[in-house]
Amino acid sequence: MIPLSYYLVLSGILFTCGVLGFLIKRNIITIFMSIELMLNGVNLSFVAFAAHWHALSGQVFVFFVMVVAAAEAAVGLAIIIAVYRTRETLNVDQVNLLKL
Amino acid sequence: MLHLILFLFFGAICVAGAINLLVQSHPINSALSLIVVMASLAAEYLLLGAEFVAAVQVIVYAGAIMVLFLITIMLLNAGKEERTNGSRVATLLGVPGVVVGAVLVAWTLIHRSDMGSVSIGALPGEPKDIARLLFHDFLLPFEVTSVLILIAIMGAVVLASRPDAVARPHPTAPVRHEEHELVAAGKDHE
Repeated sequence: MIPLSYYLVLSGILFTCGVLGFLIKRNIITIFMSIELMLNGVNLSFVAFAAHWHALSGQVFVFFVMVVAAAEAAVGLAIIIAVYRTRETLNVDQVNLLKL
Repeated sequence: MLHLILFLFFGAICVAGAINLLVQSHPINSALSLIVVMASLAAEYLLLGAEFVAAVQVIVYAGAIMVLFLITIMLLNAGKEERTNGSRVATLLGVPGVVVGAVLVAWTLIHRSDMGSVSIGALPGEPKDIARLLFHDFLLPFEVTSVLILIAIMGAVVLASRPDAVARPHPTAPVRHEEHELVAAGKDHE
């Protein structure tokens, strides 16, 4: 028997690491991996709450999150390939045509 | 007691992998540490009794999605990360803000006594029950996600294909047309 809050704190730590990676990383692929890390943290809290309330709906929502993550990864990596083809860089600071 | 030890063991691996993702400068090292995070998260799901979710986590996340990432890294020949300080505001204000928010959330969660606790294998997540829920109660969201992933596949194909391939769907067709015109013009001259 371990408290539910431990799982939620672990999920929060993973989400925080994802946000930090999103802020400090400069490689666009690593930024994408940080987003996946955030989604994984949210999935852990979904499963923990499903076990806490004895409701399987939480686990079903994990599958929906996985499908959205897969779609996002496919489209995002295709966008990264297109950006690399035109700009010849993976650094987000050099992809700045939309900046003022 | 065993449950707590297993939870702390896999949780420590998980957090170490997440921090390693932030520290490493080469994207392929970050991808491999993200695979470590996902595998240990699958172990955490097993501790919670969600066997099917754990299996899908390993197959879909650590398998399919991370292979997509690794293939992209190798395809683009991504080297070491260049350290440029593009937006100082995000680093100077965002990082302390995020850390303070996380500490506040963790403090609140730990000091709430009425949260309850989870025993090992608390919820038997059998595939049969999940399938009944997924294909009966959540049928409409399931169909909507199938449309979503179909659109994502088409978008990925369109975005990743070369621009000239999109503009000219059949590259041999215009050439043949010109040849016919030339032949016709030659016949006119004769």
